[in-house]
Amino acid sequence: MTSRVQPIQCIGCPVGCGGEVVLDGDRVVEMRGFTCEKGEAYAAEEVVAPKRMVTTTVRVHGGALHFLPVVSDGPVPKEAIFDCVRLLRGIEVTAPIETGRVIVADALGLGVDFKAARAIAVASDGLRPA
Amino acid sequence: MRDATYDVVTIGGGPAGMAAALAARQAGADRVLIIERDRELGGILQQCIHNGFGLRKFKEELTGPGYADRYIEMVGAAGIDVWLDSTVLAAEAGGRITCVGPTTGLATVEAKAVVHSMGCRERTRGAIRIPGSRPAGVFTAGAAQRMVNMEGYLPGRDVVIIGSGDIGLIMARRMTLEGARVRAVFEIMPYSNGLTRNIVQCLEDFGIPLYLSHCVVAVHGHDRVTGVTVAEVDADLHVKPGTEFDLPCDCVLLSVGLIPENELGRAIGVSTDRITSGAVVDQFRQTSKPGFFAAGNVLHVHDLVDLVSNEAEIAGRSAALFAKGVFGEATHERAVIAGEGLRQVVPQRLSTLEKGKNAIRFFFRSKAPMGPSIIALKTEDGIVWDRKLRVVKPSEMIVADIPVNRFAKASHIEFVLTLDEHPEPLEGAVEEEDA
Repeated sequence: MTSRVQPIQCIGCPVGCGGEVVLDGDRVVEMRGFTCEKGEAYAAEEVVAPKRMVTTTVRVHGGALHFLPVVSDGPVPKEAIFDCVRLLRGIEVTAPIETGRVIVADALGLGVDFKAARAIAVASDGLRPA
Repeated sequence: MRDATYDVVTIGGGPAGMAAALAARQAGADRVLIIERDRELGGILQQCIHNGFGLRKFKEELTGPGYADRYIEMVGAAGIDVWLDSTVLAAEAGGRITCVGPTTGLATVEAKAVVHSMGCRERTRGAIRIPGSRPAGVFTAGAAQRMVNMEGYLPGRDVVIIGSGDIGLIMARRMTLEGARVRAVFEIMPYSNGLTRNIVQCLEDFGIPLYLSHCVVAVHGHDRVTGVTVAEVDADLHVKPGTEFDLPCDCVLLSVGLIPENELGRAIGVSTDRITSGAVVDQFRQTSKPGFFAAGNVLHVHDLVDLVSNEAEIAGRSAALFAKGVFGEATHERAVIAGEGLRQVVPQRLSTLEKGKNAIRFFFRSKAPMGPSIIALKTEDGIVWDRKLRVVKPSEMIVADIPVNRFAKASHIEFVLTLDEHPEPLEGAVEEEDA
């Protein structure tokens, strides 16, 4: 079987290492150019099953703000990103919200939870309504 | 009318103001106040709902609101006063601050030391003089970010983005996730002005094309924008005739740079850096006005909030020492020069070095993208320090902690950035040491 070289730009941190992964079929045989373990793990996954963190907002009732930012607690397969966002578009929560609250557990059976990225007080309590 | 006296007052309650206030408390300032014009602390972090913040500071990946949340908790626990909904109108030499807010009315504060942490604002259409009509639907990317992430409005469904700054790239992804079509990003320079990771995860992931060396030559539409005409530019940034083409759209987002919001500094005559548009500061982040310190994006625009917090800690600590009267007189003043290959350096001057301090952190930006390079410190004794860099981009700040013993006695301090004739192979890891 012939091996091929796939260039991968790491997105793990702002250093942004550009490296290469050498593949034999679907098997990683060599990696060069990455400068940390996290980067190598990212590159190894990126060539076979790319994943991304997902952030969006959900609607809030009775809150000082009308929208709550939410974040996945782990990366989501790339092809499921839009499905996750569509799922979250239909979610509504009621204030108060504390940081880290699970808003959707095991989204779409992917094993990933979506959590509140910040706290939101009730409308009369602290922040004025937006 | 409310009157008060404080040791340290930070003007602005974003990441810089909060970190400076915390550091001031830790350095022994008893009475510390943050004055914030928004309805809550956190500044622009609150609208940056994407992840990628805090990798250095907290060793984990947070969203903007998540990063702000950490600091808001620390500020709350540290016994720091916070005035929200309060806009500072003036902060005069001597430390008299006048501010106004809907609940407090007019208030004055006497501060022994002041930290300028007002952040930055976006350059607008006027700043880059885009020709054409002036319809609705043209926004700065950050304004659109606030609309989408906090106010719940989608500014358009068919989007063209001008400029490849990070906020524009982030908004390309965000608008796509919200169901809009993002047709393309146009960048006038031959290289991108955003972080490489954002090109990958915000454009390439969604198949959004990035056109380098392209600019907008016309905006069309009467009431609402209906399209733009773009064209290729040559090396001198002049439009190449015959390369124009039209794109329909109902929304144009601009991500064409940020400028420090330094009106309060300029009003009291703080010396400013022509390149950064922020104050000229020494290693303590003290401006040319004694007792006035500056940190974060009001000083120079950063790529990473972690580095903003880091810099603000220096300013906050220095302000606390100044308020206590134990801040040394600046006697041994030296200019720091951004030489060949470099566009800017912060701090721009050094004053008397602090005893027991082993290294000083410098921030640089390059003039142009370069491959493997060497950044070096030149004094009258020649090159006294250098470091190899794998790759250099104007959009990615260079950070270096330089041992004080290399330049303690030097009178000429100049940094240069040159191509590396003998680059290390790909494996070579280059990371700055943490201070």
